[in-house]
Amino acid sequence: MHKTVIDIENAVVSYREDIALRGVSLKVTAGEFVGIVGPNGAGKTTLLTIVNGLGRLLSGQVAVLGHHIKPGNGHSLRKKVGYVPQVEQIDPRMPVNVREVVMIGRYGLLGWLRRPGKHDWAVVDKALELVDMAQLARRPIGHLSGGEQQRVSIARCLAQEPEIFLLDEPTASLDWKAQSEILELVKRIHDLRHLTTLFVTHDLKCLPITCDRVVLMKDGLIWDDGSPKELLTDEALSRLYEMPVSAVARRRRETILV
Amino acid sequence: MDLSIFGYQFMQNALLSAFLGGIACATIGVFVVLKHMPFIGVGMSHAAFAGALLGLWLGFNPLIGAFGLSLLAAAIIGPLADRGQLNPETSIGVIYSLMLGLAFLFMGLMPGTKSGALELLWGSILTNTRGDIILLAVVTVVVVGVVFTFYKEIQATIFNRDMALSVGIPATVILYGILFLTGATITATLRSIGGLLIFSLILNPAAAAYQLTYSLKRMFLLAAVFGVLSGWVGLLLSYLFDIPSGATIVITSSAVFLLALVFSPKKKVKSWPEKPVVDEQHH
Repeated sequence: MHKTVIDIENAVVSYREDIALRGVSLKVTAGEFVGIVGPNGAGKTTLLTIVNGLGRLLSGQVAVLGHHIKPGNGHSLRKKVGYVPQVEQIDPRMPVNVREVVMIGRYGLLGWLRRPGKHDWAVVDKALELVDMAQLARRPIGHLSGGEQQRVSIARCLAQEPEIFLLDEPTASLDWKAQSEILELVKRIHDLRHLTTLFVTHDLKCLPITCDRVVLMKDGLIWDDGSPKELLTDEALSRLYEMPVSAVARRRRETILV
Repeated sequence: MDLSIFGYQFMQNALLSAFLGGIACATIGVFVVLKHMPFIGVGMSHAAFAGALLGLWLGFNPLIGAFGLSLLAAAIIGPLADRGQLNPETSIGVIYSLMLGLAFLFMGLMPGTKSGALELLWGSILTNTRGDIILLAVVTVVVVGVVFTFYKEIQATIFNRDMALSVGIPATVILYGILFLTGATITATLRSIGGLLIFSLILNPAAAAYQLTYSLKRMFLLAAVFGVLSGWVGLLLSYLFDIPSGATIVITSSAVFLLALVFSPKKKVKSWPEKPVVDEQHH
């Protein structure tokens, strides 16, 4: 039986007057690929931030890889948790190249005062090869396209050698080809490295078809949790997005949802 | 041209001050430029000026007042901007005007001659004492030493603080550590360059280096070279034309920036070698 690697109990998180999570409980076992779906403002990103210890819990308990998260004690946990954010605008003149950005993934593992050695650079180069970016290793990071930047983010996570892989809308604002390539890459890496993956998206087209489990979120709560087949139905989505079933069915047909 | 002036002790002190101050300011400037936070530095340098005047007025060491008030400004502006509670431009506007108001208030309340206060306003590198140089040397060694020792943490924080946090680097500690060093650097160079001008010596050499390289290590080196160069050329111009040295140093650093901007390779499209790096030397 697989062990539980993420155990969230009744988590409440708020940002000033807005409550982002209203008592969320979730267990994820090792090796699962969980898609977290919901409309904007559902609390999906906040859920990821409490898994890597960056979110501030108002109440509730979070244990990740056996580590009970408390305010300020997340640094050592984050070394084992890879995080891929949305594509961000990077200053094209930023004096950091692709290879150096991927190396940042190892900095937490290295700890204070230790500099990257030959082994670390070898890990970085392997990660770049895996995401098919070795040929752009020396390019300034700000010169890459959105899809290339996401490949670099994924390579950075790989260089970190994490046990948990968190992806926050990694395909948002990418074109269709780049989206499909990133989705394929994420799944391949999940399998290859035997990771536990949480994949957040508000866009059903971007949910990897191979995810084992789907968690539907809305208004800071987990709305439903189950297999993609059970949950990604016209009826469930109509409740989640507050649209008539017929409208959801029509849109899914017309836009080839999932 | 008679350069015998450079044989005098006061001029050698000034050259040494320009060398040390140029390195410290330019190194701090690299953070300021890459973190897009010139607003914090401007607020801190004006706060340091006000703090020094407070010291002069109340009769304690002006440098203690400068350091204290510049850190106070950073402690107010930093978290406000950090938490997104206030637009940085708004918070700096409030702090900047408050500090200038306080500075002129302290100057007005100060009895007797105001020459000490005016020196803090536009600097007096030619009157630097041995004590000033020792303070500058200590701050410069600490600033350069911190960059050297914590290079990878600083690089990650500069590139993307959220990313640095997400891989387990205490990026917030690094950021506030940098603000602390900014306060120390401003305080140590306040008497040489002056409260109104000092921020140019922090910003301009680093902004010039930023135009010229895609390597962070090279940017630190170039910024330091430009900082020292601005100080020395500024001193020479000050002597040749008999004009205030703080002004010539700052104007020289602005000219260096403009030249770097004109000759910046970053304006041109460059083709990068599309091949993997093999057996490259690192660090």
